[in-house]
Amino acid sequence: MINKFLGFEPDKEKLPSLTAKIGDDIDLSSHKYQKIWLGPNHPGVTGNMSVELWVQGNTVVKAKTHVGYLHRGFEKLIERRLFVQGFPTSIRMCVAEPDTNEYLIATCTEQLSGYDKAVPEMAKWLRMLSLEMARLQGLLRGVPGQGGTFALGLGVQWGVYLRDLILDRFEELTGARVYHMYIIPGGVRGLLPDGFKERMEDNLRDIDDFIIRIRRLMFHNSVFKKRAKGLAIVTPEMVDKYGIVGTTARGCGVKRDVRKDDPYLHYEQLDFDPPTDTDGDVYARTWVRWQELIQTVDLIRQIMAKMPDKGDIKTPMPNVLHWKIPKGETYVRLESGRGEYGMYYVTDGSDKPRRVNLRGPSYTHAIALLEDLLVGADVADVHGIMVSLQTCPPEIER
Amino acid sequence: MKELINKLSKDFNITDAVYQRPSLTFVTVPKGVAISLVTDLRDYEGYSHFVMMSCVDWIEEGKFQLLYLLHNPETKTDIGVKTFIDRENAEMASAHHLWKQVWTYQRELKEAFGIDFPGSPRVDEDFVVEGWVEMPHMRRDFDTKEYSENTYFPRPGRETNDPATYMRKKLYPNEPITAKKQDNDK
Repeated sequence: MINKFLGFEPDKEKLPSLTAKIGDDIDLSSHKYQKIWLGPNHPGVTGNMSVELWVQGNTVVKAKTHVGYLHRGFEKLIERRLFVQGFPTSIRMCVAEPDTNEYLIATCTEQLSGYDKAVPEMAKWLRMLSLEMARLQGLLRGVPGQGGTFALGLGVQWGVYLRDLILDRFEELTGARVYHMYIIPGGVRGLLPDGFKERMEDNLRDIDDFIIRIRRLMFHNSVFKKRAKGLAIVTPEMVDKYGIVGTTARGCGVKRDVRKDDPYLHYEQLDFDPPTDTDGDVYARTWVRWQELIQTVDLIRQIMAKMPDKGDIKTPMPNVLHWKIPKGETYVRLESGRGEYGMYYVTDGSDKPRRVNLRGPSYTHAIALLEDLLVGADVADVHGIMVSLQTCPPEIER
Repeated sequence: MKELINKLSKDFNITDAVYQRPSLTFVTVPKGVAISLVTDLRDYEGYSHFVMMSCVDWIEEGKFQLLYLLHNPETKTDIGVKTFIDRENAEMASAHHLWKQVWTYQRELKEAFGIDFPGSPRVDEDFVVEGWVEMPHMRRDFDTKEYSENTYFPRPGRETNDPATYMRKKLYPNEPITAKKQDNDK
């Protein structure tokens, strides 16, 4: 990295060629390679996962992602519980944006039990507000966090402070800061408290300032530019090949957004166009997320302006202790801050689900894609690449 | 979607089609043609995005249900290709050559359900449960509670109390607990 910054290229002629056969036959006893572990306990690693790296000098020649440090068997646990008991378990499958799990599991159960058409309008708007607030708090951590991986820690402190303000709004809306259990089968748990919109607007104004400041701090910063430009390029051809979704796909010009492609709730009533870029590198992905930050603030304002002031928030549902759902299966998806996030849900006519399978973007981004993108990268850029793919281990080892 | 399913039925022996919603259809095919159908959908019908691969354990029927869920970014529709394989000596042809991330799913299914995918890269490597020696943990007959009790109990401070019975003992320590009261507690 430092060589790149100084414009100095070391003489690597005497080293084995990096294009030589790499893979399982790397001979560590040749003393030309070294194996190092990044994580699972490392501040640069996104959660509890580790990457096993084979390096030659500073250059990664092979990488393997290892997960399993966090495995709590959520899918299995949900199979052994009543439908409603699956909720507190499911929200922990993605810590970064737990509300997405609430929406998915609620919608799956509603679809399979025939209640999906009965969800009140007000509840749909509140669900949308909750999901966009979740996206916002994720972006407030994620956008400056990308700078943090390149030693630009100041923005992270700004972002974490503002994220806390959004968690304050979550607390008054739902009673909890991180795991909300707000979206439930049939609707949501509560209306907006008095004065919520005004307090949210105050927070959004602070975030408007932050958006300008973070732009100056990161995107006008020569170190960030030098390190992020041209790093870990994802091309449009790779998108389908690897199953790339969300801002990682949009960063290389492939405009995919579930909110537009397969609108759910009332997204078709909102005016927005998912941002894209063309370069596909870490800089482009971060730039797209920065633009998405602006867009999310705007969407929250639109939702608060368009939503009704009052209305039913929940349709009557069967007694949750005796709730049985007919045999069936479905797949429900939404656009999380990291991309397409879906749930495959199977019922067998009993009072418990037969199978629950979460599809998170990290499943492909953090394993097949990350392992390939790291080959040839500088070891100091590994964190930057990992964060730019928005890897989230809990959604891999559900 | 129905037109497409009718067209595919001629070549791929589709035994069942469920139209879950206008944009989502599940089709069932025999084990031998599943990969061919998935390949055809990818190469000729525009289902280029591999959403996920999953498995359901229908233990009562002695079958595993494998699912390949594909998405068409142009038509914004999904097709779930399902096939059933025997639980005993479960094995399925690998699809790792079609998409880069498929081997990860197959590696997880080998570990979690014990389904083998011969030829799939790193299929025998541990995924999330390193050093696991019990039966594959996502099979229906793997009893998580029994496993926990055998592995982690008894341990000081880990006693489990029924809340109602516990409160009764605390509040009325001298009152005998009758069978009727125990039933009421439940």
